Amino acid sequence: MKGSVGSSIPHDSAHLHVSGEASYTDDIAEPRDLLHLAIGMSERAHARIKSIDLQPVRSAVGVVDVILVDDIPGENNCGPVVHDDPIFAPNRVQYVGQSIFAVAAETVDAARKAARLAIVDYEDMDAVLDPLEAVEKKSFVLPSETLTRGDSRSALKVAQNRLQGRVHLGGQDQFYLEGQIAMALPRDDGDLFIFSSTQHPGELQTLVAAATGKQAKDVVVECRRMGGAFGGKESQPALIACIAALMTQRTGRACKLRLDRDDDMRLTGKRHDFIIDYDVGFDDDGNIGAVEFVFASRCGMSADLSGAINDRTMFHCDNAYYLPNLNVISHRCKTNTVSNTAFRGFGGPQGMFAIECVIDDVARCLGIDALDVRRRNFYGVGERDITPYGQKVEDNIIAELVEQLHASSDYLSRVAEIRSFNAQNEVLKRGIALTPIKFGISFTATHLNQAGALLHIYTDGTVHLNHGGTEMGQGLFTKVAQVVAEELQIDIDQIKITASDTSKVPNASATAASSGSDLNGKAAQAAARKIKGRLSRFAAEHFGVAEAEVVFKRNEVLVGDNAMPFKELVRLAWFARTSLSATGFYKTPKIHYDRETFSGRPFYYYTYGAAVAEVVIDTLTGENRLLRVDILHDCGQSLNPAIDKGQIEGGFIQGAGWLTTEELWWNERGELKTHAPSTYKIPTSSDVPIDFRVDILESAANREETVFRSKAVGEPPLMLALSVYHALKDAVASTASDGQAVLLQAPATPESVLNAVRALQCTDTTDHA
Amino acid sequence: MHPSSSDKPAAEKISFLLDGEIIEINDVDPTRTVLQYLREDLRRTGTKEGCAEGDCGACTVVVAELDHDGESVRVRAVNSCIQFLATLDGKELITVESLRGKDGSLHPVQKAMVDCHGSQCGFCTPGFVMSLLALYKNNASPTRLDVDDALAGNLCRCTGYRPIVDAALAMYDESSQRDASDDWLLGAKGTNTEKPLQEKISKLKSIRRTNNLAIKQAGRRLSSPRSVAELADLIQAKPDSTLLAGGTDVGLWVTKRHRELDEIIYLGNVAELRNISVSATHIEIGAAATLSDVMPVLVEHFPALQELFVRFASPPIRNAGTLGGNIANASPIGDSMPALLALDTVLVLREGQQQRELPLDEYYVGYQATALQPGEFLEKIRVPLPASSSGLQTYKVSKRFDQDISAICAAFCIGLDGDEIVTARVAYGGLAAIPKRAKQCEQMLLGKAFERATIDAAINVLDADFQPIDDMRASAEYRMQVCRNLLLRFYLESTGAETERVYGYNRA
Repeated sequence: MKGSVGSSIPHDSAHLHVSGEASYTDDIAEPRDLLHLAIGMSERAHARIKSIDLQPVRSAVGVVDVILVDDIPGENNCGPVVHDDPIFAPNRVQYVGQSIFAVAAETVDAARKAARLAIVDYEDMDAVLDPLEAVEKKSFVLPSETLTRGDSRSALKVAQNRLQGRVHLGGQDQFYLEGQIAMALPRDDGDLFIFSSTQHPGELQTLVAAATGKQAKDVVVECRRMGGAFGGKESQPALIACIAALMTQRTGRACKLRLDRDDDMRLTGKRHDFIIDYDVGFDDDGNIGAVEFVFASRCGMSADLSGAINDRTMFHCDNAYYLPNLNVISHRCKTNTVSNTAFRGFGGPQGMFAIECVIDDVARCLGIDALDVRRRNFYGVGERDITPYGQKVEDNIIAELVEQLHASSDYLSRVAEIRSFNAQNEVLKRGIALTPIKFGISFTATHLNQAGALLHIYTDGTVHLNHGGTEMGQGLFTKVAQVVAEELQIDIDQIKITASDTSKVPNASATAASSGSDLNGKAAQAAARKIKGRLSRFAAEHFGVAEAEVVFKRNEVLVGDNAMPFKELVRLAWFARTSLSATGFYKTPKIHYDRETFSGRPFYYYTYGAAVAEVVIDTLTGENRLLRVDILHDCGQSLNPAIDKGQIEGGFIQGAGWLTTEELWWNERGELKTHAPSTYKIPTSSDVPIDFRVDILESAANREETVFRSKAVGEPPLMLALSVYHALKDAVASTASDGQAVLLQAPATPESVLNAVRALQCTDTTDHA
Repeated sequence: MHPSSSDKPAAEKISFLLDGEIIEINDVDPTRTVLQYLREDLRRTGTKEGCAEGDCGACTVVVAELDHDGESVRVRAVNSCIQFLATLDGKELITVESLRGKDGSLHPVQKAMVDCHGSQCGFCTPGFVMSLLALYKNNASPTRLDVDDALAGNLCRCTGYRPIVDAALAMYDESSQRDASDDWLLGAKGTNTEKPLQEKISKLKSIRRTNNLAIKQAGRRLSSPRSVAELADLIQAKPDSTLLAGGTDVGLWVTKRHRELDEIIYLGNVAELRNISVSATHIEIGAAATLSDVMPVLVEHFPALQELFVRFASPPIRNAGTLGGNIANASPIGDSMPALLALDTVLVLREGQQQRELPLDEYYVGYQATALQPGEFLEKIRVPLPASSSGLQTYKVSKRFDQDISAICAAFCIGLDGDEIVTARVAYGGLAAIPKRAKQCEQMLLGKAFERATIDAAINVLDADFQPIDDMRASAEYRMQVCRNLLLRFYLESTGAETERVYGYNRA
């Protein structure tokens, strides 16, 4: 049977990707009267708009219409949670790049040229450009939160050793290759049909309806595939779609808004950068007794998804470690920069980064291998297994997994070899680190953990599959089709995978939080089981056998002793007036969570993994390179090992980019100057280590009853790249005597690495003076 | 005013091959890009726009053209987003849609990408396929490093590249029902495609232009002279014209800055300007010779340039961009200039029939300002020989190794007589408004013994030569620190104390 669960079939669109035949939103045949839109953007970080002269825009060649805030018939908002994200700045701009107006023209070029012609008179106001400044001024998008377990104050006071530190952790642009885009089409009676590159068609539908003064029933949103998303198309596409919809509503013409790359990077949110303060108490063996964290994250000018993102930082600042006494303060800083948003890991990476920094400092302070400190502090099995938010870690495999990787990566002898290399080399230094991950799976907002699917079987036995998930390259559509193929026991090529569509499956959650296949796979399975049940009952009745004697197997159905093709049974069932269409629904069991007290079971289960990274640095320039990586990652019982491996490798390299070459740099006016691939550097092929060993943990069925006992894989591998950062720290540390913490700001650009080397050499000299 | 040497009237039609057919376009807009043409006019939407500045590779297409000898075909990947359509005149355009066989079968490059799980979201994939196609046609057995270089201009955000690299190494083994001897695209380098190749050559010859091209459309004019004399006259007549060679910068003026270019003179058809010749005294490089053509010649004489050139932009940019453009553009961060300064390069400038020679060192007079007079243009670049190349080293420091713009670029060329430093050229990019030699540092080196104390003294005066700025690529402080440290690294390498760099560490 082709495409059964567990088989490494290619992505369903692979043959279309390679031939350029896969259609993205900008490739859809354009209606004849299509208008092209461009956004007029703020040039100031924080200013009152005294006046806008749009005459030069209106009179530019090819321009058809211009709209701004007063032209919105409904709500001026595209924010998903708190309604603080205006579609068009009302009378005050809050970041450089903010949308002020939109222009519609006959060509893309005409629209973009015209959008630059507005004459805006600004009156500058004080701008907050830095999270620390925001903390000082109590400038927050949401109230600060605290998570407490035990008594960290007292525990810190009595600890044998205590360390404090501060580390800067940079943000990250999603850099999906396909920029933000939407095309709106007018339909009968003022209805709107929206093609959008979005992870969240349902929310887009809601926001477009609100902006245009319509209701959900009047708006349909469709997305067949995205050219990458990574969280950047969870809430951000709403602005683009709302503008396209508003202009279509006003002009009665189809409208397309496709952002230029530079505009996209200036206008849309990114991963939050953090300033992390910590205070840790530990004994002489490296057992951590207490930790206090203060997180200050750059949320930008509005709340967007920052609440849930920063919550997840708090939930993940334990990573895989039992922290008996913990106090976490999380500040959600309001700054006059673009509103930051979801990005693979959703705040989790920043929390895990923080505790791994603490571990590394503890180890260096004690002069022992950081891996030993990690092992000592791992969650226990049957003891020391309650997280700071009260969830029991029931599926802990981190210790075994790390031991397996420790052996397969030959960690110990490589450490010795690297130490000897470093002793013999003055300028080049190597480093190595093994870091673990434990990542909680489920939306922390319990209500989002639901999904729907729609399945039709036609009389020729072929299947139409639809569900609320979206395809951004992660292979969700392939995996869900595999689930249905397995369930119905038919070849996967008998199943048509179809576009996400709000008119087929309503009220779907965003495809986010790594939950896509867990939720939609289960929903599709439920739909398949419904129809299969009807077919079984029909066959039992029709052929006079017990229902248990009807067995679906490899494109056939065994009815008692007789076998018939699946499609033959379908035809007979149809003839006997059996419904061959069904919806499926799934909600994640067991989870509950009280946000007021930060306690409960927010996560259905955890996924685990570990990585060993080895690097080399140049202590004269700070240049650095990843030499070898060994990964062992837990996918449960993988639905498709090839696709899962793709997620592991891709996530890891993306995480390595976050922590090394990808730097967001604003000038003193709050202008982002790294807003294109010429200045913002994501990894290329030559940044990938030649020696790159990636294994999926075997015999690791999910202990929870997930779809075919698989595990979510979208986000967790990104955090395996913490090993790269810590390997760099290890290399830096080798330039000085033992016992010193390494101050390496992330991303570890050559400049950051050189600064760390120089800082260490300064303190080293001082210590010996 | 138009001193055409040809008797025929200037044509206003461009011709190129696409899928074996000759396409003719009348009055093309001079600044219309190949990508706009493909996506908007032909609705061939397989080729994608990812950045519109030649930095992501989603728009990569392959251009085939007659080689200098006129009897063979050269195949190059280029960025269609910044390539103007008019520059395709006389060439063949190959896009991702060109690859499937008549029977619908996938090309071996495509098949390998599917089999190796080389696509996830698929948006970058057509660009990768086209870069791999160029590799397939040009290199019969690439190493991992060749593959990395071939893919340096293509960004993928999903896969982590490993499966794409696997596909690049596996594509030669993919079997196909199509007959390679009958299908030029199908034949990897070294395979027999004699018959389709000859057909291609004769078609390309049939559209080879013998007269000048002059297009007027949408208020813009593009002239494409065929000789240096004609070019000189054109520039003299319209000194404010935009000179277009590879378009790797001019393209961005249009796609990003929305500049209107009213008068464009395209240099790509001036054969003399693409010549590269080597004599006993110098290498002479026509100003419109592409970086891909120039680099192997320079590396042959100056092996120290190898690493710099592999890291210089990306293959699609080097295939279009020219050394002359890199120099004339006068960017303070152009990667070729520190090395050319260290090699004591001389420029041949021309105005009408008048030529003059100017040391590169005197060419830059301020930020993006040069010594070029109105009506004057860069004709040739002369790199002196014989090379005291043993003393040359170059360094590039950037956030990312491949296809990044330098935070700092450095080149050192030291000539020794015994222990004594008799010539010293120390040049940096990224530290000042122009690429610049460190004259005070050089003075400190000259006449001294080549030893650590001399280097330390020279390092100490670098502060007097440069006052760099903070920007998104690096802080001023870092730039100065690395400026000093690179001179030290050069010394350590020259004396054999350091033998390896991070860039090539364990990658051979």
